[in-house]
Amino acid sequence: MLYAFLCYNNEDAVFSWSQEQDDAVMSALHKVHAPLEKAGRFGPSVRLMPTTAATTLRKDSDPPLVLDGPYAETKEQLLGFYVIDCENLEAALEVAKDLAKANPGGAYEVRPLRLFAPGALAPEAMAR
Amino acid sequence: MSELAWIDAALTAARPQAVGALLRYFRDLDLAEEAFQDASLRALRSWPQKGPPRDPAAWLIMVGRNAAIDQVRRRSRQEALPDEQTISDLDDVETPLAERLDGADYRDDVLRLLFICCHPDLPATQQIALALRIVSGLSVKQIARAFLVGEAAMEQRITRAKAKIAGAGVPFEAPGPVERAERLAAVAAMIYLVFNEGYSAGSAERDDKAALPIEAMRLARLLLRLFPAEPEIMGLMALMLLHHSRSTSRFDEAGEIILLDDQDRSRWDRRMITEGLALIDKAIRHRQRGPYQVQAAIAAMHARAERPQDTDWAHIDELYAALEQLAPSPIVTLNRAVAVSKVRGPEAALAMIEPLGNRLGGYFHFFGLKGALLMQLGRAAEARDAFNQAISLANTPAQAAHIRQHLDRLAKDVTLQE
Repeated sequence: MLYAFLCYNNEDAVFSWSQEQDDAVMSALHKVHAPLEKAGRFGPSVRLMPTTAATTLRKDSDPPLVLDGPYAETKEQLLGFYVIDCENLEAALEVAKDLAKANPGGAYEVRPLRLFAPGALAPEAMAR
Repeated sequence: MSELAWIDAALTAARPQAVGALLRYFRDLDLAEEAFQDASLRALRSWPQKGPPRDPAAWLIMVGRNAAIDQVRRRSRQEALPDEQTISDLDDVETPLAERLDGADYRDDVLRLLFICCHPDLPATQQIALALRIVSGLSVKQIARAFLVGEAAMEQRITRAKAKIAGAGVPFEAPGPVERAERLAAVAAMIYLVFNEGYSAGSAERDDKAALPIEAMRLARLLLRLFPAEPEIMGLMALMLLHHSRSTSRFDEAGEIILLDDQDRSRWDRRMITEGLALIDKAIRHRQRGPYQVQAAIAAMHARAERPQDTDWAHIDELYAALEQLAPSPIVTLNRAVAVSKVRGPEAALAMIEPLGNRLGGYFHFFGLKGALLMQLGRAAEARDAFNQAISLANTPAQAAHIRQHLDRLAKDVTLQE
């Protein structure tokens, strides 16, 4: 079974880390990642930009409503996510609108990535 | 990260919100700061044992408020001290408080806290010092270092500035939309001052002032989170990120300024650049141009150019023209002239800045640019005069050294011609 690990923390604190603190955390994390990666168990990992860089497309209305900031409602739950290459925010919102047409209801929070590592999942891990 | 470092980071992150709320309760800045200090000390004792609270700011507000109320009572009634346990044994204080305080309260609390540092009677340096002390929670020692003054002198300055704002009366009513917009603009300007105080520092003082741009960006990020749909705050954040992305490539080993054209662009911080560009993207959607957004867009043009010769100077010229409309100032025109010199040549640029002589007669960069343009036009004697004036007006040794390089080049050219 593949599991997603959703990372939550106080972004005020995390984005105040100095480069040294950040490096220290990343190198500590890397020690955990490395054996998983070697075993073909480590899939894509992502570090997001802060929520201030987020835009939310509410797709429970037609046309969908675009709002600044992260998705903050608690009535809905996180059900999945995409990583899609887009020229800019405008292009990303176009994709989100197409997705919304295909699957209305709820919202997409569109947030640029800060870091993307494709990972190294073994084929059998993806087949399971 | 060690436990202490984690708690320290959480306290710093919660400070603006907590001190802002405590100020609203007590309507007294010193009391609010004391209460926060008290709550922080209790957090250092309690969090390692009980684990961090779900909402550190709410915890600090509640504990700080109780501690301060208790202190006031103690002072007024001269009663025996209450049992320490009755105050500090607050199992889950944040729940009821978080329910009572909604986001709007927090928003105006933080804005008020920032706003009181922007009192128009306070000179820029005092506004910065106050914001760093009150909002960011930097120690007087750290701030004194950043301003290259003694700790006692800085302590006195901050005390005087506080007395001034206390005398002016802090606005406690929830602001209306117009007032809120005005406060936001004043606060944005103050945050940009904090940034520039650090960013424009010469290499010699750079280490001492290194915390300032970081603090400014932290405050802007906080403001943007509270006011997520303000394009100018997005612009301000983007502007600072894009400028700061170059901070490690702006000085050479000898501490001399490296001009944009000569910087090693591979050392620019791509993370900051991409975040800045993402924020500009967001701001553009609002179709409400403002000075920070346009300045950020100009910085973005440089960030997007892989090599100096890839820079789209014509677009930069247009952006400066827009900025001249939005926020007219001789400095903006001076900057525009740099773009004009690249697009239409040094003669056009010189014609543009010549009328500014009256107003920028005491400004280092005016004579620096004038000299450079004259040098390009082959008017060596006039160029030398302009450079000499620039040196006499230099604010930092690095600025003067940079102009001397031009003079050396000029001298070399003259020798070659002879």
